[in-house]
Amino acid sequence: MMIGAGILKGMAVTGRNFLGSYFEKDRLTTVQYPEERSPLPENSRNFPFLVFDTDDAAAGLRCVACKICEKECPPQCIYIVKSAEKKPDYMGKPQFYPATFDIDISVCMSCQICVEVCPFEAIKMDKVYELSRRERFDALLMRKDELAKSNTYYHGIHPLEAATVDANLLAAAEKKKPAPAAAPPPG
Amino acid sequence: MSATGFQELAQAPPRITSRFDGELLEVSMGPQHPSTHGVFRMNVALEGEIVRKLKPVFGYLHRNHEKIGENTSYLGSMPYTDRLDYFCSMTNNWAYALSVEKLAGIEVPERAEYLRVILAELTRLVNHTSLLGFLLSDMGAWGTPLMYAFREREHVLDLFESLSGSRMMCDYMRFGGCRVDLPPGWMEHARKIVDNFPRFLDEFEKLITGNEILIARTQEVGKLSAELAINAGITGPGLRASGVNYDIRKVDGYGIYPRFKFRVPLGDHGDCYDRLMMRVLELRESLTILHQAMDQLPAGPIMNPKVKLRAFKPPVGEAYGRIEGPKGELGFYLISDGTGNPYRYRVRPPSLINLTILEDMCLGHTVADVMVILGSIDIVMGEVDR
Repeated sequence: MMIGAGILKGMAVTGRNFLGSYFEKDRLTTVQYPEERSPLPENSRNFPFLVFDTDDAAAGLRCVACKICEKECPPQCIYIVKSAEKKPDYMGKPQFYPATFDIDISVCMSCQICVEVCPFEAIKMDKVYELSRRERFDALLMRKDELAKSNTYYHGIHPLEAATVDANLLAAAEKKKPAPAAAPPPG
Repeated sequence: MSATGFQELAQAPPRITSRFDGELLEVSMGPQHPSTHGVFRMNVALEGEIVRKLKPVFGYLHRNHEKIGENTSYLGSMPYTDRLDYFCSMTNNWAYALSVEKLAGIEVPERAEYLRVILAELTRLVNHTSLLGFLLSDMGAWGTPLMYAFREREHVLDLFESLSGSRMMCDYMRFGGCRVDLPPGWMEHARKIVDNFPRFLDEFEKLITGNEILIARTQEVGKLSAELAINAGITGPGLRASGVNYDIRKVDGYGIYPRFKFRVPLGDHGDCYDRLMMRVLELRESLTILHQAMDQLPAGPIMNPKVKLRAFKPPVGEAYGRIEGPKGELGFYLISDGTGNPYRYRVRPPSLINLTILEDMCLGHTVADVMVILGSIDIVMGEVDR
């Protein structure tokens, strides 16, 4: 066989791909990014945020400053200061709350171990990705007020997961109801 | 086409005899060389164009992985394993989970075992496809094959993202199972991608296999004898290309691999061409495993309910878990002293150990061949330097 036939055969493949890219969708997979965006899958995760119920971000935080996520975070990017006194949470139960809750998302590696270990369903993964900042040092250090996002927002980004979480929380609340409310919560 | 006509042209290295004698020229290739797959440097002593000495220099990407592992909880090391070989986070997760499971004697539910096999084989698809692209781009087929390969790889990464949330840093497996169950529609999506994959493979083979330039650049280049491969501890496709039948999926039968029917492709010559073709053949075998695993996937839990991930303290002891990663034998050696952190955490990286024979393979070849040989070993610097 003639030397060069293999090269020509390869060129035919390239040509088919080039021409095919005008007609077949799976040969042209590029998306023109700032104008077009490919949708993120439901499970997509980026950086953690804190969920709050009701409309008040300060009063409705689910976090009770138990510091489990701070301890388990592999790159140690969470910093929590527990409040000195308890105040009623969104269900009216007296609870501790985080006086300070910082996540340095320039250190965070999006492993979502904080989400897994949280017993209160208080911390979840966000999907935002355009996070570049002009400042060099603490612009990506997220404070409590930046991290707090409503349960409605959570339902918007992870609908299936949020529905399961809500059902679990409701079931847990139902379970606790028959017992006298006088028992103080642990912690 | 049969390549025999051209094979004669490609035989008997070194094809260029040096006109220079005595004086050696020392060239430092890397660490920013585009073909070194990351930050890897080679000090090459050249006689004319022929390599007479080669000294690999690495450590530019050292991140203290093992020491971090000793100072982190068992769970906390899992996301770090993603960052070893960042092309194959799923298999890294599996190897680490396997050794922790051995250490603590944890059972894994049936469904999780199947999911692990499916994801590990998908990872093999990702790794081998991108290797084909990279290797060709090292040879000078700059761009085109790499883009075709990356297009296919992206389909599989979409699967990973919709399952685990991240394209590359999956952090999906846990000791005692897997983290989340399949989202609705995932399996249909995966089947579509697996069914479409042979089409890409056929096209890719048409693009490269008969190509005279590729044959001239790879056949008889970087020959590795079976004896040297065994003595140097080479594993994975590089070992099998030299004709040694050693696949840990068959030898150890970890997970549920004994249930699947697949063949282990073996090479004849141990040159770069064999190592390249080994990847294509392994891709086809991976597809048969994927088809079997997807058909047999049972329902059930994906996590052993007895395992407490937080404050996980395995009993005192040691364990070595190893799997057949896409690059070779990936093992984790753990010593537990009964506390929440491992006393010793050691990775047996296939990339590093496969890289040790680089000099033996390169001697007598030209500088341009060094890149092809390095590309055919299949290294990722994240795993070499750790």
